[in-house]
Amino acid sequence: MTSVRDWAEPNPVTENRGGVIGKGVDRYEGALKVTGTAPYAYDTVAPSPPAIGVLVTATIPRGRVTSVDTAAAEAAPGVQLVWTHLNVPAQAPRGTRANPRSQRASNPALGSDRVEYYGQSVAFVVADTFENARAAAELVKVAYAAEPAVVDFMASFDQATLPPDEEDVHIGDFHGAFAAAPVTIDETYFSPIQNHVQMEPCATIAWWEGDKVTVHTSIQMVKGGQHALAETLAIPSSDVHLLTRYIGGGFGGKGQPYDDLILSALAARALKRPVKVAYTRQQMFHGTIHRPAVDMRVRLGAEPNGRLTAFAVEATTHCARAATFTEHAANFSRNLYAAPNRLTGHRLVRMDLPHAGPMRAPGEAPGMLSLECAMDELAEKLGLDPIELRIRNEPDIDPETGKPFSIRQLVRCMTEGAQRFGWERRNPVPGQVRDGRWMVGMGMAAAIRGNFLLPAKAGVRIDAGGIITLRQGMTDIGTGTYTILAQITAETLGVPLGHVRVEIGDSDFPPAPGSGGQFGAATAGSAAFEAGMNLRRALTELAVGDPNSPLYGGPAEYVTFENGVIAIENRSETLAALVGRAAPDGIYVEGSISPAADARDYSQHTYGAHFAEVGVNQVTGEVRLRKMFGVFAAGRILNAKTAKSQITGGMIWGVGTALTEVNAVDPRFGSFVNQDMAEYLAPVHADIVDLDAMFLDEADDKANPMGIKGVGELGIAGAGAAIANAIYNATGVRLRDYPMTPDKVLAGLMAKGL
Amino acid sequence: MKPFTYERAADAKAAVKAVAENPGAKFLAGGTNLLDLMKLEIETPTHLVDVGRLPFAGIEATDEGGLRIGGAMTNAKLAAHPKVRELYPVLARAILAGASGQLRNKATTAGNLLQRTRCDYFYDTAKPCNKREPGSGCSAIGGPGGYGAIFGASEACIATHTSDMAVALTALDASVETMTPDGGARTIKVEALHRLPGASPQVETDLAAGELITAVVLPPPPAGGQAYAKVRDRASYAHGLAMVAVAGGRVAFGAVAHKPWRAEKAEAALAAGASAAEAASAEVAGADADDRRAHKIALVRRLAAATIEDAGSAR
Repeated sequence: MTSVRDWAEPNPVTENRGGVIGKGVDRYEGALKVTGTAPYAYDTVAPSPPAIGVLVTATIPRGRVTSVDTAAAEAAPGVQLVWTHLNVPAQAPRGTRANPRSQRASNPALGSDRVEYYGQSVAFVVADTFENARAAAELVKVAYAAEPAVVDFMASFDQATLPPDEEDVHIGDFHGAFAAAPVTIDETYFSPIQNHVQMEPCATIAWWEGDKVTVHTSIQMVKGGQHALAETLAIPSSDVHLLTRYIGGGFGGKGQPYDDLILSALAARALKRPVKVAYTRQQMFHGTIHRPAVDMRVRLGAEPNGRLTAFAVEATTHCARAATFTEHAANFSRNLYAAPNRLTGHRLVRMDLPHAGPMRAPGEAPGMLSLECAMDELAEKLGLDPIELRIRNEPDIDPETGKPFSIRQLVRCMTEGAQRFGWERRNPVPGQVRDGRWMVGMGMAAAIRGNFLLPAKAGVRIDAGGIITLRQGMTDIGTGTYTILAQITAETLGVPLGHVRVEIGDSDFPPAPGSGGQFGAATAGSAAFEAGMNLRRALTELAVGDPNSPLYGGPAEYVTFENGVIAIENRSETLAALVGRAAPDGIYVEGSISPAADARDYSQHTYGAHFAEVGVNQVTGEVRLRKMFGVFAAGRILNAKTAKSQITGGMIWGVGTALTEVNAVDPRFGSFVNQDMAEYLAPVHADIVDLDAMFLDEADDKANPMGIKGVGELGIAGAGAAIANAIYNATGVRLRDYPMTPDKVLAGLMAKGL
Repeated sequence: MKPFTYERAADAKAAVKAVAENPGAKFLAGGTNLLDLMKLEIETPTHLVDVGRLPFAGIEATDEGGLRIGGAMTNAKLAAHPKVRELYPVLARAILAGASGQLRNKATTAGNLLQRTRCDYFYDTAKPCNKREPGSGCSAIGGPGGYGAIFGASEACIATHTSDMAVALTALDASVETMTPDGGARTIKVEALHRLPGASPQVETDLAAGELITAVVLPPPPAGGQAYAKVRDRASYAHGLAMVAVAGGRVAFGAVAHKPWRAEKAEAALAAGASAAEAASAEVAGADADDRRAHKIALVRRLAAATIEDAGSAR
């Protein structure tokens, strides 16, 4: 098996002779996207004109469908079918995994009369046009027998239990140390339900050719979608061809298949014509997953010098009864600060709400909102600068596991960030700085997010013209995957970027796990790198074995690849010349990556530090960002432009988290209050001013052969806490209930007599 | 969305006739609100009469020294008009505080006045709403939101009128000119255009079926300063938590009632020499709210005091 030691050897990517790695090159598919010509799933042109399906969704949180009146819908213009649980075609029962290698089990749509959450699909209408389908869907009348539902999280803590297969982590004697600590913090923080609100709703177009179905859909995991559809329809996965070429945002919300995938395939089979289905914007809020609310109690005990002696982060969260998911909001804290006595753990409440699930930086995103404010509160109690407090608790080894860090530049992120942001301008006494009616303050927070490598494959082909095509069952959810795969391939093979094509999002291609958990670039990229290295070997062999090549006879170990030319010192030819002559049908090889056997011997994370300056309107309690800056350490950066876009995008999510994003549950209905993008308040351009970020030079040779790490989620981790701390510094009002909307801020100001 | 028919009116008289004679018909201008509501089947007209291309898109000086604004003039053009910016800055600022650039490019003056509430439950057809389905009940009362009316609400409805522009027009003592179903004309003060909800919140104005707003008339700019302020959760594209417009001695509040709320008690207090804070307090003394909306009373009081001060220093 591979060892991380094998990855320490120099290679074409780490040497970067072509200079393609790290360069802020434009997005590979950027022109297609900005001109509106990139075909997203719903735009895909089918072999014949599709019929259109529309979902009808439940309006109770729990109970039973007692009757469905479909007569009016069936008689409506253009309607081709109306399905309910009574007449939907047979599907495998939920959870079926006929093929034990399937990455996802059966997930039938309209599977029974049971309603498990508000917004669950209860009927499905297909018509010749979208307009007819939607009008007919409104004619379906569903009657329910409602049952008592648990939908009020804050009122249900008595039902909280340990998540499955999980225990609290105790190290040392937290309770004793906390009781004995001279300085303590014991506060509770709340992060509410949030929605992904991807620009592109879930959508699928499906058609059949014989026993095989082709689906173009919007999903982050190619194999997961392929297997889920195959298991649900009880057909071999080889009969499902799933494509997901362009995805308008995922953020974890498209890590799983939804009813659009299943019902479009079933309806296309029944009607013998292509069928396409999209969720409406309103249906996205209930019909897909959300980030659950988290209640977090943080207890810190410290010596007067700031050294932590007792450390506890305990998170209570919720998920749907039928879909276990734990928002691991305390996990990050296990690797962040030194403290000998520690307690971390989670509690889970099962509820009758729509399904909770992963959303960008699951765990860290809500979790860091608690501890990174508690550290600010502790720093003030101790009379220490918040950065100094964190430096005094900087561990030499992982504070929970005792393992060495692969590399950890958290302190440099904080000190470098402080200098560039101008942290010395901060008045440590809150409420001192004014700009007209605006109270001005600064806050900071640390960032940590794990780094992961999963098994993946990639295929790479060179044709007789010297054009290299990378093929991989990977996805690009808007992160820049196309672009970095092209860069890795170009640099590995020493060819100009323009000689590389990237084809992804196809279940026929060598599989990669997809986009999620900020593992995409490292995982898919490393497989692409290995495939590229295998092609180098194949091309070397071809050249030194070809009597017509100037490289004939070798020595193979001296072969170089630069600018599309293969050479041994002064003997050279272009790759196009070599392949065109010696392998006119082209060469195709595959490569793969697996986690190193000893990778888990290291504590491996990405790190950062956020700095925020806000203004708080003393009259109204409105908070507006004035400046935000972050410094991050996340391994070797593949593309300066897309990496920064990912990181600043995460920071903007932090702004939304701190100030605006929440979806309240109406306990009378078991539904979310906000169901569109005018009411679910993600930040708009006017909210984001003077926001910037930079990366420290870093290469993590324990991560993968290229020393790269993920950047997709790090930017959100801790970002909201920096803003909360800035609000406190501006006003002296300490809020612990996110988001910090004007009503809460104003109540705090008025309580202080302001 | 229900199927509907569409016609482009040849002239105002034909448009008014077409809507007056057909109970399922509605006027369509910018469509920025109506079309969204139709997609959700909150509005279900069977026929649309497009008045967006009738010759009501201009602006002209009145003999009285004010301005006559065509009902079909876009919000973007109105806010950018040099005379409006110079003489009625409260109006320009109010319009620019509303919606988004894209919406303001399409939305019209008359349509802005007649936009419907943004109450979450009005928009959710799965929930009771007296405004949408008279008699079904008000889901907003007792709901988790804190954004309802604090003046003039009823047990049937606590929704608010969310137009920014209408608040400024109320402070400016503007009027609307309409063409009535019989082809005649009448003039209505903007502050009298909308109704309080009472027992029939589905009736939002006193306009007759088919009555068309052809213009908004501004009187000469008032003596004294003007100011507009809007509080919102995010910096753009969010409806207001509270708005205040001040024009000379007139004060109006937004997002606090079923209609743009003229703050007459505040005006009277100011006329009697009260301070801005005293005037604001005099108005909100008449506010009424449950616990969830109580914070809004303080917000409006503080915002009104600050905005009246700002108008004073803008004099």
